[in-house]
Amino acid sequence: MRYNWLKLLKEGFNNNSGWEKTWKNPELKKEYDIIIIGGGGHGLATAFYLAKEFNIKNIAVLEKKWIGGGNVGRNTTIIRSNYLLNENEAFYEFSLKLWESLEKQINYNAMVSQRGVLNVYHSDSQRDSFTRRGNSMIINGADAELYDVNKIKLLYPFLDFDNARFPIKGGLFQKRGGTVRHDAVAWGYAHAADQLGVDIIQNCEVENFKFKFGACIGVETNKGFIKANKVGCAVAGSTSLLMSKANMNLPIESHVLQAFVSESLKPIIPGVITFGAGHFYISQSDKGGLVFGGDIDGYNSYAQRGGMETLEDVCEGGLALMPIISKTRLLRMWGGVMDMSMDGSPIIDKTHINGLYMNAGWCYGGFKATPASGWCFAHLLAKGYSHALSKNYRLDRFKNGYMIDEKGQGAQPNLH
Amino acid sequence: MIIDHPLLGPRDISEFIYLGDASLLNRPKWDAEDAEHSFYEYLYLRKNIAGVHKELWFHQQGDRSWLVISRNTLTHEITKVDLVGNHSKNMEILND
Repeated sequence: MRYNWLKLLKEGFNNNSGWEKTWKNPELKKEYDIIIIGGGGHGLATAFYLAKEFNIKNIAVLEKKWIGGGNVGRNTTIIRSNYLLNENEAFYEFSLKLWESLEKQINYNAMVSQRGVLNVYHSDSQRDSFTRRGNSMIINGADAELYDVNKIKLLYPFLDFDNARFPIKGGLFQKRGGTVRHDAVAWGYAHAADQLGVDIIQNCEVENFKFKFGACIGVETNKGFIKANKVGCAVAGSTSLLMSKANMNLPIESHVLQAFVSESLKPIIPGVITFGAGHFYISQSDKGGLVFGGDIDGYNSYAQRGGMETLEDVCEGGLALMPIISKTRLLRMWGGVMDMSMDGSPIIDKTHINGLYMNAGWCYGGFKATPASGWCFAHLLAKGYSHALSKNYRLDRFKNGYMIDEKGQGAQPNLH
Repeated sequence: MIIDHPLLGPRDISEFIYLGDASLLNRPKWDAEDAEHSFYEYLYLRKNIAGVHKELWFHQQGDRSWLVISRNTLTHEITKVDLVGNHSKNMEILND
């Protein structure tokens, strides 16, 4: 089924009784060309681009729970490409460009809203580093503007500009950044991949890989053995657990990141704002809820929930930036399990085992990377070598000393 | 989370800093044949256990002691808290 105006009109007269499922629940086949483990944003995007751009049709996406229940539905929905290092910036800018044309590509309303991302700065040295980052963005084809206080006051008059400790001196603004309805990204990619013949199998947990002569020839699941020429893993926080079945130890720790939503308010925050003196970022959803978050909790965790001390820290950051929200009541909070890599950058690479590929280490920046991650992983799976934009996201870079450490924190995952 | 400090009693987690897997206590020998490879594994690779995880915490806002804590990463339940000094003598009980 293809969504279009005619169908909408017809169903309007038809009491909406003729809508088909957004994606089918197909029978599991015995054999596929490519199996993607993980039906999150990245896995579904990979399957979609494999089918659309690389013309491979016999693909399955195996999801252990349900589509949209993992990190793709547990983030703060922000898209942006404001990185410093070339290895990252070019990749994330490609991702942002794909976001811009996503809805046409997948024929699904993902509510892509380029409402602008503003990073405020509070000191001269921070201004200098933001200027440098802005220049790096422009060099890589992204947009960036340095805003002075007066320009920010027009956008967000309620910020605490004269805070004694952290006065706001200006900001780095990316106009093309914004937000996307995260659930719709999962549903949209699933819908589009399904349209192209990809089998999306829910409640199908991979229990083991199957190897023959040192190559991966399929997976053992709770629904039996499935044969495949190639297996790609895109399971975020569960990556270490999955890859341990191939006896791999990875440069990854799993940490919990929380996100928070307030009660619905009248429109007040038109874009995305991030605090420069603490870790706090906020936007307002179309339903009116303030969607905000901060740092990871900072300790290894596979629980999809975090602690109150992080909530307190995030709210302190929020109140320092915008005291106006002090009376707002919190409605919901949840956690997702992040695959924190040792240098804060992702891994899209082959493993040492033939036929086994991995896509991981997204830290807490995976959502905005979804389209580019899917595209580059599909390229790797289809062609057997890395896409130019992800060629630095190698698994062996830690051994060879080619870390991509955006924050310069070293091998300490909870600081990235 | 509350950490039951062996000397100070129950303290809030916000007083502590997390370093990571307690196998970081098992520093490889710098002059071994395979030192380069061992340090790569030591510095970058982690078991990333789902279950009881032995890990290093630093009581930064307290007595600045280093602790080895056994904590379940699936439930956040802390089952054992020990001063690091008691551990370094018998390293075989650590994660690696």
